[in-house]
Amino acid sequence: MTKEAKQPADSPLDEKKNEEKKDPGLQMNRRVFLGTAGAIGGTLLLGRPGKSFAAEDFEGYPNSFGLLTDLTACVGCRSCERACNKVNGLPAPDKPFDDVSVFEEKRRPTEKAYTVVNRYENPNDKSKPIYRKIQCNHCKEPACLTSCPIHAYSKTPEGAVKYNPDLCFGCRYCMTACPFYIPAYNYWSALEPRIQKCTMCYPRIKEGKMTGCAEACPVGAITFGKREELIKIARERIDNNPGKYVNHIYGEHEVGGTNWIYIAGIPFEQLGFPTNLPKTPLIEETKGFLTSVPIVLTAWPALFGTIYAALRHREEFDKEEKEKEEKEKGEVKK
Amino acid sequence: MSTNMAIKTEARPRNFQSWFMGKLLMGMTWPEYLRSLLTPFNIVAAIILCVGLPLIVMRFVFGLYMVTEASNDYPWGLFLGWGLFGGVPLSATGFVMATAYYIFGYKRYHPLLRLAVLAGFLGYLFAVVYLLNDLGRPWRIYYPMIIGFGTQSVLFLVAWHVALYLTVQFIEFSPAMLEWLRSQRVRKWAVMVTIGMTIAGIILSTLHQSALGAMYLLVPGKLHPLWYSPYIWVFFLCSSIYAALAMVIVVSTLSIRFLKKRTDETFRESLPTLTLGLGQGAAVGMFVYFVFKIIGIAHGNNWGLLNTPYGYWFLVELIGFVLVPMLLFTYGVKKQSVGVVRFAAFYAVVGIIVNRLNVSIIALNWLLPHHLEDIIPGWKETMVVFAIVTIHILIFRWILNRMPVLHADPEYESH
Repeated sequence: MTKEAKQPADSPLDEKKNEEKKDPGLQMNRRVFLGTAGAIGGTLLLGRPGKSFAAEDFEGYPNSFGLLTDLTACVGCRSCERACNKVNGLPAPDKPFDDVSVFEEKRRPTEKAYTVVNRYENPNDKSKPIYRKIQCNHCKEPACLTSCPIHAYSKTPEGAVKYNPDLCFGCRYCMTACPFYIPAYNYWSALEPRIQKCTMCYPRIKEGKMTGCAEACPVGAITFGKREELIKIARERIDNNPGKYVNHIYGEHEVGGTNWIYIAGIPFEQLGFPTNLPKTPLIEETKGFLTSVPIVLTAWPALFGTIYAALRHREEFDKEEKEKEEKEKGEVKK
Repeated sequence: MSTNMAIKTEARPRNFQSWFMGKLLMGMTWPEYLRSLLTPFNIVAAIILCVGLPLIVMRFVFGLYMVTEASNDYPWGLFLGWGLFGGVPLSATGFVMATAYYIFGYKRYHPLLRLAVLAGFLGYLFAVVYLLNDLGRPWRIYYPMIIGFGTQSVLFLVAWHVALYLTVQFIEFSPAMLEWLRSQRVRKWAVMVTIGMTIAGIILSTLHQSALGAMYLLVPGKLHPLWYSPYIWVFFLCSSIYAALAMVIVVSTLSIRFLKKRTDETFRESLPTLTLGLGQGAAVGMFVYFVFKIIGIAHGNNWGLLNTPYGYWFLVELIGFVLVPMLLFTYGVKKQSVGVVRFAAFYAVVGIIVNRLNVSIIALNWLLPHHLEDIIPGWKETMVVFAIVTIHILIFRWILNRMPVLHADPEYESH
């Protein structure tokens, strides 16, 4: 119990150091730990034995893969959309992949398209619009995973955030929790509705291949590799091309870092990226609350039990006093 | 009162079936009973159900898209915003009144106790009904209990606590059912565990009322900063307490207005005094909540946001739906006016719903384009909600008409 109640030490500054040192198996324990605190609510009452978990911060798997999208290179050809559709066996799109009229509105990933490319006006040069590819960012510590009450999500050591429809009961809290508006749901299915989103081509990565979209990109706007390498590449591109990029690698720190990162020529908020997100994983926001759960569970029965006992005590005491008084009065009268 | 007499004389049933039917039909014959059902309220209810029930069937046969406006950007609509987030704080009645009566010793509130527990129990039951309508695969509702433990999720906590608390409330209300069914022995057992159940109720309620707010801790980027706060779980817990007190006033007011014949003298005579007492409690609760909300603005240093369109709406909620009903409660108590307190209670209950809809629907996703157009619920979704509300009221009334809730059963003096 004491171990469970212990607050995990926060050390955002030591991030890099920790990343190298930590064993991935241990790191996953921390998210399990936090919830365990919450789980006691249910489990203690049922008498399920508590397990002790190490309280650690999870900084992401050190050797995980990632992708770097260079928005200055993207030409909006939608080859990635086509490849994604094919790799994932998705239904044919409403408009063909070479139809540029789709750019007239801002689209989002859906259950029929795990990635979409949107067009934004370039404030510096109106003739050269900027294209932004959207798909699951595969957060290092994903909010969808944090939100799921049944553990239908998992973060693989390869970097992909995977979803298991066999465990899902369809509460769609993951959709609410996702800061990037990614998970999509097939609402029209009565019997087997499920979340659908980019898998980072997990089966292909397992085979040693790169993602379908990265392979299909004709202009090299999508780079597949180890996340740590990609951060270096992104940093080099920014440093070596003064004026071409804004000095920001989107996804390096947003919500604790994502495995899909971006560099761009104009500020990210002008490209529809959420820029109001904390730099820490979103699970940090719920930590304080979940930590207080065992306190309530342990202290409340004692506290309210005592209040109850105190009032009963007072009642009895008053009754005894009254009886004593009456007895004395009676004796005096005699 | 006549039904009570009827029950008393047939306490020992010879023919179980006719005895039981007598209970169900409240001592009337079938034709009499059916005739008694022909009231304007029931006709309206029947019309709503004629539209709503087929829609619910369609939802399960064709999928969620058939009746709800849920989309990829807006996964949650009225079912959860109204039914779960709005319904649960209003169902804190059982926990608040049981705590007041059994733990804190507010013995005068005895006539309202069962009504409060029943309102809480049915409120939770129907929150689950809304949830079952909204879940993609409702037949897997037990999954967080058996299949996978998403222990890091606040929703996991909510799921467990709502399930356990529903059970606790069922046990808490069971003496009334058992008295109705004349089951002495089981009733004795049910009464024995009262204090334990009450304390379990406090734990489970404080945790999941606050957990419903804590669910929104995960969305700092999506919920408007005036509503998003690290204190949001405190807001939810704190407001659920005054919501419960206001709701007890509302339910008891409706009971004495529409089901006066089911109340006993104790209930009728004590109600005005008790209403004023509850109003006083609600005023204090609202004051605490109001201060917490101000602290919330100060903590986020969001004063500047008050002078924006969302800020005005925030002020409407905070001043129009918290401060004003709070002052009304205070005025009503001061002037000993039961009418004003009752009005304030209805007002405060509406305020709670406004707050929960703000957090779960109106201020959530506020940055999305066309947000305010996209959150307008469709008629089918609204009709399903109306249908569930109607069933909720009908079941509530069915129980109040039969079981010893608004009156004490003459054979069981104290409960």
